[in-house]
Amino acid sequence: MKNISEILGSLDGDLQGHGPIAMKDMVEKKDKNVVGTYCVFTPYEVIRAADAVPVTLCSTSNDTIDEAEKDLPRNLCPLIKSSYGFAITDKCPYFHFADMIVGETTCDGKKKMYEYLDEVTPVHVMQLPQSSQRQADLDFWKNEVVVLKETLEEKFDTKITDQRLEKEIKIKNEERNTLKEFYQLAKLNPSPIYGTEIFKVLNISNYTFDKEIANQRTKAITAEILEKYNQGEKRISEKAPRILVTGCPMGKATLKVIEAIENNGGSVVCLENCTGLKPNEETVDQSKSPIDAIAEKYLNTPCSCMSPNDNRVDLLNRLVSEYEVDGVVDMVLQACHTYNVETKRIKDELKESNTPYINIETDYSQSDTGQLETRLTAFLEML
Amino acid sequence: MYYIGIDIGSVACKGVLFKEEVIDKSLAPTGWNPQKSGEETLNYLLEANNLQAKDINGVVATGYGRVSQKFADKTVTEITCHGKGGYYLNNEIRTIIDIGGQDSKVISLNEAGEVIDFVMNDKCAAGTGKFLEMTINSLEEQIDNLDKLIKGDKKANISSMCAVFAESEIISLLADGVSKSEIAGGIIDSIINRINILLSKITFRRRVLFTGGLAQSQVIKNELSKKLETTVLSYSDSQFAGAIGAALIAGNLD
Repeated sequence: MKNISEILGSLDGDLQGHGPIAMKDMVEKKDKNVVGTYCVFTPYEVIRAADAVPVTLCSTSNDTIDEAEKDLPRNLCPLIKSSYGFAITDKCPYFHFADMIVGETTCDGKKKMYEYLDEVTPVHVMQLPQSSQRQADLDFWKNEVVVLKETLEEKFDTKITDQRLEKEIKIKNEERNTLKEFYQLAKLNPSPIYGTEIFKVLNISNYTFDKEIANQRTKAITAEILEKYNQGEKRISEKAPRILVTGCPMGKATLKVIEAIENNGGSVVCLENCTGLKPNEETVDQSKSPIDAIAEKYLNTPCSCMSPNDNRVDLLNRLVSEYEVDGVVDMVLQACHTYNVETKRIKDELKESNTPYINIETDYSQSDTGQLETRLTAFLEML
Repeated sequence: MYYIGIDIGSVACKGVLFKEEVIDKSLAPTGWNPQKSGEETLNYLLEANNLQAKDINGVVATGYGRVSQKFADKTVTEITCHGKGGYYLNNEIRTIIDIGGQDSKVISLNEAGEVIDFVMNDKCAAGTGKFLEMTINSLEEQIDNLDKLIKGDKKANISSMCAVFAESEIISLLADGVSKSEIAGGIIDSIINRINILLSKITFRRRVLFTGGLAQSQVIKNELSKKLETTVLSYSDSQFAGAIGAALIAGNLD
């Protein structure tokens, strides 16, 4: 029987229904429409209910930033520059297949970038309220969800019924719950899984378009890992400080942060960010009318673009206790003003529970890996 | 029981031989090869004290060059080592200001001398020894000469914290006939302002220890004391704080 590293290593080869090849097959053999997305505010279920395939577009590589800087300012968040660079260079296979893009006005940089992106592939921009606390915010956002629904119906010449929405809500909730069962393995002390592996499994599920296949795979892996763990296989030391990573979305270039923590004796047990558990913690309420329930769930996303953003503080406090976290690492991308400003509040709030905190500002280059290692190692030594 | 701590900084390589107290020290330029300068420091400490490698019970390497040291039993970051070393020099120290060649940092300690918080400067030369070196060189002067260069309290205002922009600002000041002393005073102010920003991000508590290469300058120490409204301490061994801390950690290795 395989050990835990081998179980997770089995994900490194070609996987059924996963990645650019699966996307190409869907487009060419099944004539599927593709909708590119960037952010976890995009109501996934509405796109699926239009019988289109939503896919997260590439945004995490340094390689396309030079090209993007021909049109965009240097002093802009690398995620925005990378996304735009991928679009104009046609280097993102998912962008290549996208018939349209759905973006949200999460930040100033993105909403202005979408104006240029629209010239490459049509962009439907959802206007996001700046707060999630008032009834007016929810009403406004609900209307945006309806506008998206109508746009998709017209674009793809289809009808999005409540029945179709309910079906898609059920499927997506099932994926959320399946992923939750997987990443909650890290609540065990010591954790059976590394942070890089949590990221990997979430990422693979995201790019496996048939959710039944994705869920089956995740469930099997979760069960196998748990079995090996209960048989006594421990890969991570009980002494390793348990780290929660929060802040901006992560991917390819910024995995350097998780790696720097884990190469220096830390154990990343929780990825709170939107490429981690953030979109999966809350499901869509299946007892409510579908559009209402979808609007509510997505608006509740604890993103720093919301003011105030109490939801993030509540989530962090809960996770710190549930995952027995020894220290919090807040990764902020350069020029991401909202996450950057919010670092002070997070630091202050965590001080209340005596949770050590460090925030690091980085970009997609690898030029700061030495400094990151020093800072993060010193932080681990401090715990 | 002998222990050795070696702190390989971007400018200087510091070594300490420790047996109940500091027995010997070594200070040499790091040069282009941090691995070689680390080894040379180790060998110097052994030879000068008639010791052999087997006489040493533990070696800890720290500083940016720590990763390339094959002889080290363990590597520890300069933050932890400065904390330990600073507390060893004076156990009333609660805040350490370290201005090194490549970066500057401030460290907050608790009563037991453990690091509870720290901040390092961003990836640029602002507030570092490199900033001072570049700007002082544009006056055709050397850092070692800094204290002699400053005569009187008059200071030029240098608003750029970026080393490259500050250099052009200095060229303009020189063109306007501003004296070297005033410009040097302005340069020091700029560094201290940067350090003050770092300090505002941690819990600042007295007493304050100043370490790193720049701690040898009386002028910087005095200006720092004025700005922080407390006597900033510095010892002849301040530059060795990281190496002392490393040697102490080597002593606790099992």
